[in-house]
Amino acid sequence: MLDLQCANNSSLCGGAASPPSGFDLRKEAEAAGITETLRELEHELIGLKPVKSRVRQIASLLLIERIRQRAGLVSSPPTLHMSFTGNPGTGKTTVALRMAKILHGLGFVRRGQVISVTRDDLVGQYIGHTAPKTKEILKKAMGGVLFIDEAYYLHRPDNERDYGQEAIEILLQVMENQREDLVVILAGYGERMTNFFASNPGFRSRIAHHIEFPDYSEAELLLISELMLKERGYSFSAAAREAFVNYIALRMTQPFFSNARSIRNAVDRIRLRQADRLVSDLDRMLEIKDLETIDSSDVLASRVFSASPPGEGREPSERTS
Amino acid sequence: MRLTQGCFSFLPDLTDDQIYKQVQYCLANGWAVNIEFTDDPHPRNTYWEMWGLPMFDLSDAAGVMMELAECRRVYGDRYIRISGFDSSHGWESVRISFLVNRPAQEPYFALERQEVAGRVVRYATRLCPSREATP
Repeated sequence: MLDLQCANNSSLCGGAASPPSGFDLRKEAEAAGITETLRELEHELIGLKPVKSRVRQIASLLLIERIRQRAGLVSSPPTLHMSFTGNPGTGKTTVALRMAKILHGLGFVRRGQVISVTRDDLVGQYIGHTAPKTKEILKKAMGGVLFIDEAYYLHRPDNERDYGQEAIEILLQVMENQREDLVVILAGYGERMTNFFASNPGFRSRIAHHIEFPDYSEAELLLISELMLKERGYSFSAAAREAFVNYIALRMTQPFFSNARSIRNAVDRIRLRQADRLVSDLDRMLEIKDLETIDSSDVLASRVFSASPPGEGREPSERTS
Repeated sequence: MRLTQGCFSFLPDLTDDQIYKQVQYCLANGWAVNIEFTDDPHPRNTYWEMWGLPMFDLSDAAGVMMELAECRRVYGDRYIRISGFDSSHGWESVRISFLVNRPAQEPYFALERQEVAGRVVRYATRLCPSREATP
């Protein structure tokens, strides 16, 4: 009889052990490491407003869930599967890698490893090959994040016997049944992901967070370039900085511009030219400052400046400098 | 008769949570975790059939638990055990092995005695079907 009563009021029985009357939110957030993690995110990633706000929301939800649990209220683990869409070089992969760390730090995932895969890792080559292959990857990703880059390749609409469909079905099943064990992040270019979701409605509904990665503005790209240089131990001179502002403006109008990736390539090429400039004059004494500073000539030597207006018979590729 | 083989077999059957923790311990030690099943639990039968491949480079036991659930679904009426194989030099052997599933009706073992030349007695353990099945 006593048992029966307890079962009826299970929430009461659970909470009755030590029902705290109030909760100090700040203390709770710090104990969970949320403030620290969010501050890091804010500092290390430039721009990406929608991404950051979504991460903040998720973190807040976790905190509230935790407190609710302690207060003896009903709580259920949130669905965390995500899809990242955006143009090339907008930081999808970078954020996905970071996301695992964040989720682990917040206690959403138990281990925090990232398994980064593409179609080839999931889809087999012959009948009966796909299921074990996909399961193998899923098992490895348990307790962490499974990052599927260019997820739309899983689905080949032109071939209905494609094994990709089998992989999709297994993925969907595990995403649904083992939500606490695994977070799946799909990433890809905007338009093709939309098509992919249109032909696999099951995927769309099982993913709670659809995050759009916006293109970077010129100012953000400049900040990114400076951050990259700083990481590599360089810095712009004032003139070089100005030249690079122009470089970004020009490069953005040219074809095959891929946001931060183009900037990274530009930075790498600028380092090449700086090294070349330093080596070309062997008879001088180098100072530390020379080694660290990017001169405007290093930037201005880029072919982006000498090029004719965009789209006039130049070979437009990432390799042009 | 309640089969007692491997670790923990004199304890009540492990719950899924407890199995999860044991498997996590194996993985943390870098052992390969195997799921094996058999319908012949004779102590001399060391060759149980394997469910899938050994699982080693996992970081969380949830993957093993997924396979175990699948194995139980198919072979719920057989004995299933999980073992952890340590491949490091000097060990190269199974470090832990415990039952995670047993049939509802367990068989029992009978001792058979055989008298041979020179009044020598030989003993053998014979596997008999469950007594409950034939009341």
